[in-house]
Amino acid sequence: MLVYSEKVMQHFMNPHNVGEIPDADGVGEIGNPVCGDMMTFYIKVKDNRLEDVKYKTFGCGAAIAVSSIVSDMVKGKTLEEALEVTPSMVARELEGLPKNKFHCSNLGAQALRKAIRNYAIKNKIDIQGLTDKEEPEEEDEHACET
Amino acid sequence: MRKVYMDHAGAMPLLPEVLEAMLPYLNEIFGNPQSLHSWGDGARDAVEEARERVASLIGGSAEEIIFTASGTEANNLAIKGLARAKAEKGKHIIISAIEHFSVMNSARTLQKEGFEVTYIPVDGFGTVDPDEISRNIRSDTVLVSIMHANGEVGTVEPIAEIAKKFPEGGPVFHTDAVASTGNIPVDVKALGVHALSLAGNQFYGPKGSAALWLKRGVRILPLMDGGIQEGGRRPGTEDVPAIVGLGKAAELAQKDLPSRMQKLTHLRDSLINGVLSQIEHSILTGHPVQRLPHYASFCLKFIEGEAILMLLNSHGIAAASGSACTSRALKASHVLLAMGISHEVAQGSILFSLGLDNSGDDVTYILEKLPQVVDRLRQMSPLYSKFIKAQKG
Repeated sequence: MLVYSEKVMQHFMNPHNVGEIPDADGVGEIGNPVCGDMMTFYIKVKDNRLEDVKYKTFGCGAAIAVSSIVSDMVKGKTLEEALEVTPSMVARELEGLPKNKFHCSNLGAQALRKAIRNYAIKNKIDIQGLTDKEEPEEEDEHACET
Repeated sequence: MRKVYMDHAGAMPLLPEVLEAMLPYLNEIFGNPQSLHSWGDGARDAVEEARERVASLIGGSAEEIIFTASGTEANNLAIKGLARAKAEKGKHIIISAIEHFSVMNSARTLQKEGFEVTYIPVDGFGTVDPDEISRNIRSDTVLVSIMHANGEVGTVEPIAEIAKKFPEGGPVFHTDAVASTGNIPVDVKALGVHALSLAGNQFYGPKGSAALWLKRGVRILPLMDGGIQEGGRRPGTEDVPAIVGLGKAAELAQKDLPSRMQKLTHLRDSLINGVLSQIEHSILTGHPVQRLPHYASFCLKFIEGEAILMLLNSHGIAAASGSACTSRALKASHVLLAMGISHEVAQGSILFSLGLDNSGDDVTYILEKLPQVVDRLRQMSPLYSKFIKAQKG
């Protein structure tokens, strides 16, 4: 199992913040089980900050480690700060991902963004960094073929 | 930590007798089998003895054995070499939808050369319908290749029945018996084929040892140009230690086959029964009866294969999976999809391939750890929580 960094293995073996938030303020789901990965992020927002972040993930070791690190990276941050997290930052934080697993870091960032968007729509608020970036900023290079 | 190796389809340890037989040919008996001196004689005798043993294992004659460096090479030689040799007669070949990549991609290469390829579907157990093959044989069909046993789910195909339905003077019939040879009885006459691929690394021989058996009188074109080794059909200086190892492995397999099969079938069935009874939403993949004695393969719903393998590895257990994430190409196994298993379920595929080094305690250990691993991954799977919520209505 040498394809993954130690950091990925740590988060895979002991993922942080796993679970659901029943009364979440925002929910974001991304991916498709057909392609092998699916993530659902739940957020709880208080005073414009991510008071709690949880997730459920179906997928490989990288997908699970990405979910865990994303939750760590954004917990306690303001919504604007959380939206600044990019797939590259996620991959860097994990001390690298194998090339064919980089799309997993994209999924993590996208799922979180979707949860924040869901919160913004529900509460009819504008969040800087969200409205002008409706589309994922990095193309998924492993678009799923079915 | 306890270690349990159950990925024998991926790699097998050499039997001690095989290693012992090989050693002199890596050292003092180093001659070239083609040389006309006593150094060459020693190597040539060993190669010819191995040829006899391999032929004996599958009920063929020694001169019908062509040694190759892998099962993949044997399949490439068979598919391309046999089809090209008959290209003037016709350019249509038939293979199944669940063949190994070495057959699949060889057929694709032939397609680029102007051949037409018909892919025969399989049923939910991964079994080919013999009638479906005879229905698809045309006057310009020059080659049919159907695997003897599938290397992912262990289903054994009805090769003899297929051969019986061939028309008189019909196409050449090849079978990829890489997964089966040395593990179940393989007899070229009983199977009724013209060509058969086998590999030593699937029955405790060394990696890089394999052969194509080709019935006397069947024409084949070599893949490589070179000298007169293997009758010019596979030129290149013989890999004497590998060939000797293959011969020894064949001899041992022939001698011990009934006891090996009995032991492995018993272990396999206790693993299959344990998994299916202890793990909810698990399915056996492949045929329940017509299957290799060392194959226990499943799909475990709502979770993904690579994550299963990683957690099993953390418990010292080695297995394999056909999920998209475990393949570098990120594609789910074409075998599982051809069997009608959905992409989503195919993601949770897992294969335990048992070996002679396994014991009942190994099975017990897996049945202790696997349910924990599955439960842990399901607890974090959004698919599982959706399923549970839907069930509650």
